[in-house]
Amino acid sequence: MLDAWLQIFKRDLLIAFRRRSEIIHPLIFFVMVISLFPLAIGDDKVLLQKIAPAIIWVTALLATMLSLDNLFRSDFEDGSLEQMTLLKTPLSLLVTAKITAHWFITGLPLLLITPLLAVLLYVPTEMISMLLLTLLLGTPTLSLIGAVGIALTVGLRQGGVILSLLILPLYIPVLIFATLALQNSAQGFSAEAQLAMMLAILVLAITLSPFAIAAALKVSLN
Amino acid sequence: MEKQYLFTADLNVKNLACLRNEQVLFSGLNVSLSPENVLFLEGENGSGKTSLLRILCGFRLPDEGDITWGNQSISSVPEYSQNISYVGHKNGIKDELTVEENLNLMRSMATASDIETESVLKQIGLFKQADVLSRQLSAGQKRKLALARLMMTNNSFWILDEPFTSLDKATVVFFESLIKQHIARGGMLILTSHHDIDLSGLSVHHLNLSN
Repeated sequence: MLDAWLQIFKRDLLIAFRRRSEIIHPLIFFVMVISLFPLAIGDDKVLLQKIAPAIIWVTALLATMLSLDNLFRSDFEDGSLEQMTLLKTPLSLLVTAKITAHWFITGLPLLLITPLLAVLLYVPTEMISMLLLTLLLGTPTLSLIGAVGIALTVGLRQGGVILSLLILPLYIPVLIFATLALQNSAQGFSAEAQLAMMLAILVLAITLSPFAIAAALKVSLN
Repeated sequence: MEKQYLFTADLNVKNLACLRNEQVLFSGLNVSLSPENVLFLEGENGSGKTSLLRILCGFRLPDEGDITWGNQSISSVPEYSQNISYVGHKNGIKDELTVEENLNLMRSMATASDIETESVLKQIGLFKQADVLSRQLSAGQKRKLALARLMMTNNSFWILDEPFTSLDKATVVFFESLIKQHIARGGMLILTSHHDIDLSGLSVHHLNLSN
């Protein structure tokens, strides 16, 4: 069972490596949108510093949504998904392999480039670790929740718009707790409560969403 | 002589109906199939052949009726779908993987057969293309690779939807002999095809969905 999980995980990493544009496009989107803000706002250090967490988080949220689009699409179109439902390993477990691979491909690069972009927005250096921590706890949740929406819309011709209407509202709790954590720590307060909530949401998403995703994929196949 | 399949049972379809776009494709369908038998689905385009196959695979739910495998409903026997080798309209191979990687992936995901990947590659005539990305294969070569799935696992129930589209004659003959071996080992097969398939010597039941 674990073997099949690893096979799918390795397969998805290999495919992403051979089709690099899928890794790079969301990342470029992330970098470009964030760098538009200093250009538009001007060299207002205080203002940029104040809204930096919001900018980075909202952009991360949109970039994640953009990158998710292809999570199940190619498997759906080439018939791999049908074959996956016939396997011994439950589909709910196999989708976690796909999402983990997807996070390594798109979430991790986002995290790695954030410190650079934070400097662009005058985020104080002591704040960067907190920013990364919220992204580390938040982006996997975004991937898991988004995957449910993707799984539901993969069979539709124009799933893109419906998808954003479907999953953006579900992203709001993560966004609120992440930006609140950053505000608190900027003002010198403890952000533990918000981080704990984010961790709780992540655990909830890990335990429940694979079943929802598997069920949604089966509906899409029907 | 190859080893006999261990996991087989009778398949029974009772009073099956399928709707598509609020139109009845078929209803009141009764079929049964035992090991060592072939069911050949016939019918004009749009008569529900593919839908029936997808229902049997468990991808679609029937709108009415029951399907049983060894007297148990197929939804309550997880081993049922694990024992299916399905080749549908979509090939189920990854364009970004090489021919050999695709074959190894098919094997590692299921109860593998004893046959070596290299030997499969030679038999289907893709040995020289082992390290070629599947994207670069021709339509017929992709189809061969999709059908090679049948050789990589030890599943006793094959469901084939138009298996021989765009295949050359020699390959068709090869897969016909593979089907005969499969049936001789106690396997079961349901297929649709608009090509003439030589299934002589096998016990073939015909089912026409048009009427």
